[in-house]
Amino acid sequence: MTEATPGLAVKLSLRRGALALDVDMALPARGITALFGPSGAGKTACLRTIAGFERDSVGSVTFGHAIWQDTARRIFVPTHRRRLGHVFQEASLFAHLSVAGNLDYGYRRAGRPEHLDREGLIERFGLRPLLERRVGALSGGERQRVSMVRALLSDPALLLFDEPLSALDAAARTDLLGCLESLHGTLETPMIYVSHNIDEVARLADHIVLLEAGHVVAQGDLQSTLTRVDLPPALGEALGAVIEGEAVGLDAHDQLVELAFPGGRLWLPHRQETLGQKVRCRVAARDVVLLRQPEAATSALNQIRCRIVAMADADHASQCLVRLDAGGSALLARITRRSWHHLSLSPGDEVWAQVKAVALGA
Amino acid sequence: MFSAQDLQALWLTLRLASVVTLLLLLLGCPLAWWLTHTSSRWRRPVAALVALPLVLPPTVLGFYLLMLWGPEGAVGRLIAAAGLSALPFTFRGLVVASMLYSLPFVVQPLHNAFEAVGERPLELASSLGAGPWDRFFTVALPLAWPGVITAAVLGFAHTVGEFGVVLMIGGNIPGQTRVLSMRIYDHVQAGEYHQANVLSLCLLVVSFAALLAMTLLRPRRYARD
Repeated sequence: MTEATPGLAVKLSLRRGALALDVDMALPARGITALFGPSGAGKTACLRTIAGFERDSVGSVTFGHAIWQDTARRIFVPTHRRRLGHVFQEASLFAHLSVAGNLDYGYRRAGRPEHLDREGLIERFGLRPLLERRVGALSGGERQRVSMVRALLSDPALLLFDEPLSALDAAARTDLLGCLESLHGTLETPMIYVSHNIDEVARLADHIVLLEAGHVVAQGDLQSTLTRVDLPPALGEALGAVIEGEAVGLDAHDQLVELAFPGGRLWLPHRQETLGQKVRCRVAARDVVLLRQPEAATSALNQIRCRIVAMADADHASQCLVRLDAGGSALLARITRRSWHHLSLSPGDEVWAQVKAVALGA
Repeated sequence: MFSAQDLQALWLTLRLASVVTLLLLLLGCPLAWWLTHTSSRWRRPVAALVALPLVLPPTVLGFYLLMLWGPEGAVGRLIAAAGLSALPFTFRGLVVASMLYSLPFVVQPLHNAFEAVGERPLELASSLGAGPWDRFFTVALPLAWPGVITAAVLGFAHTVGEFGVVLMIGGNIPGQTRVLSMRIYDHVQAGEYHQANVLSLCLLVVSFAALLAMTLLRPRRYARD
């Protein structure tokens, strides 16, 4: 392994009303990092300090080899010299410019770089028919697509997306999530994606930083962080494995798709997946049932053989979290203590994890 | 219908109002921008000072300017020491006095407009690589454009209509400081009610046209969302 290129290192504190933000995090130079946490955890404030919008924040921010902020050395690089692509929660477009004018605002200032495929991005985000429109006439989803492409066209070194889907209706959200997923594979630029929606995070992110009450409570690779059993209770519902695999079978009659991953196979409801496509699915800890023996007469379509790695108390006294290993893939189950004792489970035991396909449809 | 003297007064008034409006826009933009974005503790005192001519009787303003600019006044001595001609009873003096008098009518619409633009479009522009000047000219100014128009029209119309300040600082010198409002006063004093009426009507029409132009020029194509 060669030494990884340095990514973003942030050590900042900031006071904003009731929020006392005090974060220390290191993000990789590639891929999408989710900044995840409940409302009021300081996600947006954190993103804004990284962008350089909060001049009274104290601490340091370095990106690659560039120092963006170092309060001790009185260094503060203004936002317009940081090469960012910022997308705000409610799509903010320049009301005095057309869609094309908005798209080209950053593109022109970046010197129309040749490596950016302007036409391709416009095509991929379906903006071709909107180019000459005034922005007042756009729907919420269209506005957000324009602001995303505008950010991508400004030749950013770092993308900052602040809950870009949270203000949209369900249809627009699904649509844009698809766009972002397809972007994920080809994106060279690292992105920080703020969200409080674990399903979005599970579909997009490679890394995750969990934020609670202004502090980082965990950070790391998405799969292993979300299957940790030692995280604070507030993140309880977010816990669960994220399985990444390939679509290997389609059942057109039953409208199901089969996903192969290192630990086995899973059937899930078919959306638009095609054979050979990479597919991610989130297996929430509360949707996993543990069995001592595989069961034949069950409506659940999926039973995966795995081994118990660890057990820890869950947020409710009646429950516990069980970390499982399925051929190298981590799974997490939330079961009652009564079941744990009833099946006399203990770490090292071999069990079967049962998951309804219906639960994987999100 | 107009005497040569009336026409001269009309021309002088329009020239004065145009020069004052132009200079006030140049001065008012940075001032309004500063008032909008500064966190300085001087913001409120300065805002109050700018608004002062709104409530101050024009004669009071004119009187103090006369005192200040006169041969015994602080500014007057400074100007004399610099070898420049004195300000009172000249066109230049009238321009400066009118600028002070009409300042709030230009700065306040600009200030409101810049405030309505808000921080977000500017943050956005900076994240897209636009520096401070770039942001001002390509984002703030176009978005605040209706406010700029309002400021220009109000500044112009207000300068056209002033009387008290002119009376104190300008006097009544034909071609120099004898503006339309002075001329109307002269006509009334002389009992020439017809001429006074014609000129007054002129002012009325100019003021109405200015306000009409303001509403017509206001771009309606982008409503704030």
